[in-house]
Amino acid sequence: MNAPRVVVQTADFDLGAEVAALRSGDAGVGAVAAFIGTVRDRNDGLGVSAMELEHYPGMTERAIEAMIDEAQRRFEIRAARVIHRVGLLQPQNQIMMVAVTSAHRGQAFLACEFLMDYLKTQAPFWKKEQTPEGARWVDARSSDDAAIARWGIEAGNAAPEAP
Amino acid sequence: MKLTVRYFASIREALGASEVVELAEGSSVGAVSDALIARGGVHASALARGKALRSALNQVLCDEAALVGEGAELAFFPPVTGG
Repeated sequence: MNAPRVVVQTADFDLGAEVAALRSGDAGVGAVAAFIGTVRDRNDGLGVSAMELEHYPGMTERAIEAMIDEAQRRFEIRAARVIHRVGLLQPQNQIMMVAVTSAHRGQAFLACEFLMDYLKTQAPFWKKEQTPEGARWVDARSSDDAAIARWGIEAGNAAPEAP
Repeated sequence: MKLTVRYFASIREALGASEVVELAEGSSVGAVSDALIARGGVHASALARGKALRSALNQVLCDEAALVGEGAELAFFPPVTGG
């Protein structure tokens, strides 16, 4: 029985256990690439004491499933799993992970980066930070739009930079 | 026709999580947005033109030209910031 490819949860996760499960029983795997995003204690010049993550239940899972389908089409990968946390998080906490298995490292690295670039600009999550100046919603970065553009996908996410 | 409009993040804080809106059959997403803005007040400021806003129709990202059907779920939200 396969674990779901996409999970949104409040609980923390264990990358080692997730990778073990992802490649278990597949002797064709020769490479695993994984990424973990964590909460920083500073952003845009202010200290961050906590972060609240909101999402669009249903759409989030569906959007990431579609991204994994697209990664399967573009790269020679064997399996992929994305876990993203929501709710209240503290600095140093894990936010999310992507893990990809493949026969060789090249395709695993590419698929992992592709999934991250895609998720950053197309998955409906929003971060709100607690700072000494009060709570604020995190702004989308145009550098993230540029990152997914490298894959030929127009993000249209971040607001245009002020002149 | 009736549709459910959902809001997230900063837009949800201004307008609430969701509301049912009644509009002419075959309205576009842009027309729904215009109708909400025309109410004035918090709707006009939260959904103002020129703000970086994204929309999803039946839980798939869409643009303003997308046509909304009876019973649709339309969502408005700011640029996404996950990962």
